[in-house]
Amino acid sequence: MSLTVDEVKKIAFLARLSIQEENIEQYSQDLSSIFGLVEQMNAENVDDIEPMAHPQDAMQRLRDDVVTEVDQREKLLSNAPLTEDGLFLVPKVLD
Amino acid sequence: MKNRSLTELSAGLKSGEFSSVELTQYFLQRISNYDTDLNAFITVTEEQALSAAKVADEKIAAGSATDLTGIPIAYKDLFCTEGVRTSCASKMLDNFIAPYTATAVEKLTQAGMPMLGKTNMDEFAMGSSNENSFYGAAKNPWDLERVPGGSSGGSAVAVAAKLAPVSLGTDTGGSIRQPASLTGITGIKPTYGRVSRFGMIAYASSLDQGGVFASSAEDCALVLQTMSGFDAKDSTSVERGVPDFSASLNDSLQELKIGLPKEFFDEGLDSNVADVVNEAIEAYKKLGAEIVEISLPNTHLAIPSYYVIAPAEASSNLSRFDGVRYGYRCDEPKDLTDMYMRSRGEGFGSEVKRRIMTGTYALSAGYYDAYYLKAQKIRRLISEDFKQAFENVDVIMGPVAPETAFKIGEKSDDPISMYLSDIYTLSLNLAGLTGMSVPAGFSRENKMPVGLQIIGNYFDEAKILNVAHQYQQVTDWHKKMPSAYAGEK
Amino acid sequence: MEWETVIGLEIHAQLSTKSKLFSGSSTEYGQQPNTQANVVDLAMPGVLPVLNTEAVRMATLFGLAIDAPIGRGNVFARKNYFYPDLPQGYQISQFDKPIVELGHMDILLENGETKRIGVTRAHLEQDAGKSLHKDYAGMTGIDLNRSGTPLLEIVSEPDMSSAKEAVAYMKKIHALVQYLGINDGNLQEGSFRCDANVSVRPKGQKELGTRAELKNINSFRFVERAINIEVERQIDIIEDGGKVVQETRLYDPDKNETRSMRSKEEANDYRYFPDPDLLPIEITDEFIETVRATMPELPQAKYQRFMAEYALTDYDAGVLTTSRAVADYFEEVAKSTNEAKLSANWVIGELSSHLNADDLEISQSPVSAEMLSSLVSRIADKTISGKIAKEVFQALWAGEGKTADEIIESKGLKQITDSGAIEGMIDEIVASNPAQVEQYRSGKEKVFGFFVGQVMKASQGKANPAQVNELLKDKLKE
Repeated sequence: MSLTVDEVKKIAFLARLSIQEENIEQYSQDLSSIFGLVEQMNAENVDDIEPMAHPQDAMQRLRDDVVTEVDQREKLLSNAPLTEDGLFLVPKVLD
Repeated sequence: MKNRSLTELSAGLKSGEFSSVELTQYFLQRISNYDTDLNAFITVTEEQALSAAKVADEKIAAGSATDLTGIPIAYKDLFCTEGVRTSCASKMLDNFIAPYTATAVEKLTQAGMPMLGKTNMDEFAMGSSNENSFYGAAKNPWDLERVPGGSSGGSAVAVAAKLAPVSLGTDTGGSIRQPASLTGITGIKPTYGRVSRFGMIAYASSLDQGGVFASSAEDCALVLQTMSGFDAKDSTSVERGVPDFSASLNDSLQELKIGLPKEFFDEGLDSNVADVVNEAIEAYKKLGAEIVEISLPNTHLAIPSYYVIAPAEASSNLSRFDGVRYGYRCDEPKDLTDMYMRSRGEGFGSEVKRRIMTGTYALSAGYYDAYYLKAQKIRRLISEDFKQAFENVDVIMGPVAPETAFKIGEKSDDPISMYLSDIYTLSLNLAGLTGMSVPAGFSRENKMPVGLQIIGNYFDEAKILNVAHQYQQVTDWHKKMPSAYAGEK
Repeated sequence: MEWETVIGLEIHAQLSTKSKLFSGSSTEYGQQPNTQANVVDLAMPGVLPVLNTEAVRMATLFGLAIDAPIGRGNVFARKNYFYPDLPQGYQISQFDKPIVELGHMDILLENGETKRIGVTRAHLEQDAGKSLHKDYAGMTGIDLNRSGTPLLEIVSEPDMSSAKEAVAYMKKIHALVQYLGINDGNLQEGSFRCDANVSVRPKGQKELGTRAELKNINSFRFVERAINIEVERQIDIIEDGGKVVQETRLYDPDKNETRSMRSKEEANDYRYFPDPDLLPIEITDEFIETVRATMPELPQAKYQRFMAEYALTDYDAGVLTTSRAVADYFEEVAKSTNEAKLSANWVIGELSSHLNADDLEISQSPVSAEMLSSLVSRIADKTISGKIAKEVFQALWAGEGKTADEIIESKGLKQITDSGAIEGMIDEIVASNPAQVEQYRSGKEKVFGFFVGQVMKASQGKANPAQVNELLKDKLKE
């Protein structure tokens, strides 16, 4: 298993991670060896096994439809890098 | 005061021998004396601690104290604590003041435990050495050149060097048990669903579980008791009663059946570690236990399966760190995409980026079945292994880690060799079981501590705490302290 | 060449729950920005979702109404993508195990035939926040009040072959979700939205052409226009020897054109996987039966019943059952007055035209069903004539009184049925118009209308017209 530099760039973009050009080769080596390790799974035939998404075999609990929250805007916006008029500001979104 | 159990500290508080303010000041002083070397804390919350201690003293005076009232505690810096920076040891959250408090912390705060501060960790809990911290590596108090393990390294160091009598950590693939083993203290990872995950910043949601570091199983039992239980804010926390963990500590181990998985004693295990573990098993024989060899045949698949599932969940869990509502935003973004790319690229460290990319790739179109789905199927096989084993034995024992604490820098350039050090701890998280690390002695070769792993069936925390406690009644490994920190500066 | 259009719709209906899908924040519309977004809605680190039971009930109700199997162990999945109005960096949605499986909806075609449209699936998911493009120094503002509001995404099969069919289907779904009480039907506020997948192919060709997805079209009229203009565009491209590109397009109602939304196109790999914070939703037989028991009467059944029970025409029953609110209004009036036909006339006529003129929903009508009932009753018992009734209605609409009686009283509009009084007026008029009397008696019967008009005028319209006719005829014979 080996991931090319182009594949690494594609994944980095999908994950929205800027990677310094000089580090891409290292990431490609690291990811290749991680997937080399992961591919040990291929020796196993698991066709008939039910996938396990959760440690518990439980079902979802449900909540009553009740409004429990009060406005905490001031507190919740206080960590934001940039706000105005109670809005989070980001570079222009184009549609 | 540092050599007393939580029960003894509580007695001292209630009898008026010392106040919570004095006790809290004592630990704050130790932090101030020793933490420059150890780097166990990211944030020390002196003011909050002392004012909480004052309130605790009032409660004690009024006779409304619990067994934990007035005893200070430290939290891994991924438990949200309202009004206090909660950084996950990441540049991404270096400026993040949590607007709410995690349920586990809230319960202990309600019980009257003052918070000493927030402890160091591997960034976003990704790592086994505590070297992946924006705030620098935490050091092993038994040898400052060695790692304390991770990811909850700071919480383990704080207890091992007695900068705090007790602390909380989280365990996703061994992050409580491995540092407990490497620093010679007791740590418990409860069954998945026993402790609420609400307010614990997620690494891998189906694997993460909060737990306790302390000097003994008895101390762990007290704190775990209070932080456990169903939480309506966490759909994966389990609606079932919490037994009295302390009540069964003194049950006899006569006829206890201990399973030793042969896969945990293979050629990858350091012989010095094996010797210590075997000696501990001998002690259990003397306590009346029966030893049975068992097999967990899919153990070798735990690492490949884990390193798909955990990064896949993490890649999605960490998408919320985008520089919009909180956390790091890059300087002068050119446009929206640039803001995302650079805020995340600059805000996350290299191991976090590595795991996000691993998970992104494993979930991407065309690879999902080969990686993610397959890993989930293997996860079932691993879980079935344990199910079968527990039909014949009460607990499973083995080493926690294949070797003792390694040198800082020794594995930091080689992610794979770092991943391999989780071999004995990961499978338990995949299955969702409970497990502990209990100090069992020291490596003859390098004099570093070695932990014994005790694995229990689902919701059998009371059983493994009992099994650990009985061992601690006939041994004193858990009372050993690194000499540099055994006195008072 | 002859072309065939293929259309499938994805409808997003906000469920009318009080709180959000996974948090206890209010879903109320139109509040100050970010005042209805709590730690969960803002995706603060460490928060967890807890599912709203009412959303599950509503989705189940919808599934039962379109005759679809309900997914017994349906699962939430994460759809991963980055967008500022999506705080988690993923949308919690359902992927391979939706709560509502294959169902159907019948629509009426223009030629009177019924066509069955397949409903592939309907699933629960979170709504996103809103990006506000007002100029904040060249930046965009993000309001997350809507973030996490429950949506039911209703996906049709590509079974529609014209814009008209698409609109008919959309209207049927629109009526249904309101009948079920699970959506407020408000297209303007965006609580009912529609994306259309449109493609064309040469008539007779089996495989589908390349489709374009038209996003967020917020009125029935625009759906029709957007599809038609997109179909034209695609046919033009192909006839010019080009190829249609699979992409997302935005309809611009001002220019009546669709244009490419390139920003939505980049890196379209959503990496769906089961949400590890949520467990499978268990739907038991018992739960389904409980929900079924609350199933309200559906449009088709109501339409049949209105014809049978109230002897309404096909047309009246059809109009009155297009919306549950109108049907309920009508029924309240009909029941309390026992005058079904008259009630239907008033709801379809005077009430509807007033609502249209003022652009109001029936729920906002200043004349309540109770008020209209009082009016209809007074017409039925001949206290007022139909003509006077319009005046009374206008007064009720303007808020001049609470009941018809109050208006009739205060304006003195009560019909005169005392024959003595009417005779008196007739005598006077006959006496003062001898020339017209002469004309009438000499056989010019048209003049009769003049006398009726004079009497009505003298009575200020309040004389009972039937009585006036009868008495006039007698008097003029003399």
